[in-house]
Amino acid sequence: MPFFPNTDEDRREMLKQIGARGLDDLLTNIPASIRLRDGLALPKALSEMEVLKELQGLASQNQGAEAVVSFLGGGAYDHFIPAAVSAILSRSEFYTAYTPYQAEVSQGTLQAIYEYQSMICSLTGMDAANASMYDGGSAVAEAALLAVRHTDRKELVIAGKVHPRHLEIVRTYTQGWEVSFRQVPLREGRTDLAALKKIVMDKTAAVLVQQPNFYGCLEDVDEIGKIAQEAGALFIVSVDPISLGLLAPPGSYGADVVVGEGQSLGIPLSFGGPYLGIFALKDFLIRKIPGRLSGITVDSDGKRGFTLTLQTREQHIRREKATSNICTNQGLMMLAACVYLSLMGKEGIPEVARLCLLKSHYLAQEIAKIPGFRLKWDQPFFKEFVVELSKSPSTILERLSKKGVLGGIDISQYDRGVEGLLIAVTEKRTREEMDRLVMELKAV
Amino acid sequence: MNFPSNLKYTSQHEWILVNGTSAKIGITDFAQSELGDVVYVELAPVGKKVHAGESLGTIEAVKTVAELFAPVSGEVIGLNDAMKNTPEILNKDPYGEGWMVQLRITDVKELESLMDADAYKKLVGQ
Repeated sequence: MPFFPNTDEDRREMLKQIGARGLDDLLTNIPASIRLRDGLALPKALSEMEVLKELQGLASQNQGAEAVVSFLGGGAYDHFIPAAVSAILSRSEFYTAYTPYQAEVSQGTLQAIYEYQSMICSLTGMDAANASMYDGGSAVAEAALLAVRHTDRKELVIAGKVHPRHLEIVRTYTQGWEVSFRQVPLREGRTDLAALKKIVMDKTAAVLVQQPNFYGCLEDVDEIGKIAQEAGALFIVSVDPISLGLLAPPGSYGADVVVGEGQSLGIPLSFGGPYLGIFALKDFLIRKIPGRLSGITVDSDGKRGFTLTLQTREQHIRREKATSNICTNQGLMMLAACVYLSLMGKEGIPEVARLCLLKSHYLAQEIAKIPGFRLKWDQPFFKEFVVELSKSPSTILERLSKKGVLGGIDISQYDRGVEGLLIAVTEKRTREEMDRLVMELKAV
Repeated sequence: MNFPSNLKYTSQHEWILVNGTSAKIGITDFAQSELGDVVYVELAPVGKKVHAGESLGTIEAVKTVAELFAPVSGEVIGLNDAMKNTPEILNKDPYGEGWMVQLRITDVKELESLMDADAYKKLVGQ
């Protein structure tokens, strides 16, 4: 429906109807002493042309992924986004669609959500997925809250290196909750299983692991899952969705809740967001799932239709007893992931994963040959790895950056005392680009 | 609308059927008709001890969630299994097959402050 603003004539009529002389008459219950008298002190209005110039000036200070060769990872990756994604996202039926509380006029949105949920279940091996959270970090946090509520226990065990920013979000969400955290130490870049066994006990609400972990290493998720299960704790796995093109789906190794950052699924880097929170779980927890769910049903004529379902979990019905206060989803980004997944399909996703695996291993192998450089840990990895170097990473990164190469992440900013460069390789990195990085590192 | 005279009632629309030191608890015909179709019931586990007025669980209808309150203090000694798979029995037979929780009463004197059928009938304006 098109939008028509009110005209001066409309306003005059409305005021006349209610017996007011002017708009000021509607504000008489605000004390005159605090009412604004002299107008807002805004600068002079600019013309469209001037505004465009100013904004373009600001925007040009940004560097997009297309302008550099990026080996940055750590939760956000330079994956290829097919043109079909933006072509479908920019259709006004999707782009301007409102939140689908009124099912009759939201079938397109609700079907897209249903398809997305189904594909996430397929990818993760779980029974149910929600319509998405804001991002991977808040999805992890919601999973932690779910575990505490479900088990009525107060301890969260962090197995290995989970994304530090995600953990910060978990701490924010659990403020005032009397929840304690136990970080299991690392051994050679991944969870020390012996230490984990000692730490997990009957007061553990959940064991949280990231697969691959923040340093790119593959964790022994089978063992970690068993340890969690034996203690009656929930097993939460935070995944890289692209990795599921090759790795076993968490549903197959006992995960109770699967979360993750969906940015890799057709979503641009955008300097940190908007991203996409993946959230899926097993059936026995369905009543505790946060966020919204699109369900399939039939209408009064027996025709297939979609609607939001299990809404009695949500805050607008359960109020303070709701399991989460999110009453939305990341609609547009979810649609991007939906388009990406269905376009790439069951052959495309494994292909992307394979390319990431092969390319990252090629680069790691070549870097390890450079004197003064070595792989920090001898562990299986997927698309990221940590390199130990004789010089300080920051000087190297600065030199590379001047040449239009973003060489990686200095991990000492996340872990004081832990030195290294976290390098990610996606399917976009060519052999030439990788060889060039090796050459530049050699010259340092 | 049904108000069996052998039951006692609370202002929160629960009924209680006393049998010695134990009692069965459910929600009234008035409550189920206000709620509409019940789709899910979650009850406190056997062994849970409650004071009068504390929650024994939740009843989910399509558009709302209501809480089940303990009419008197006691310990949960039984749950109606039918609540798990056929919660709609609450609508069909709220006083019979739709009983929800069996409680071992800890203080019989608390029963005296509950309403009889006539008082409850008046409360809901019937």
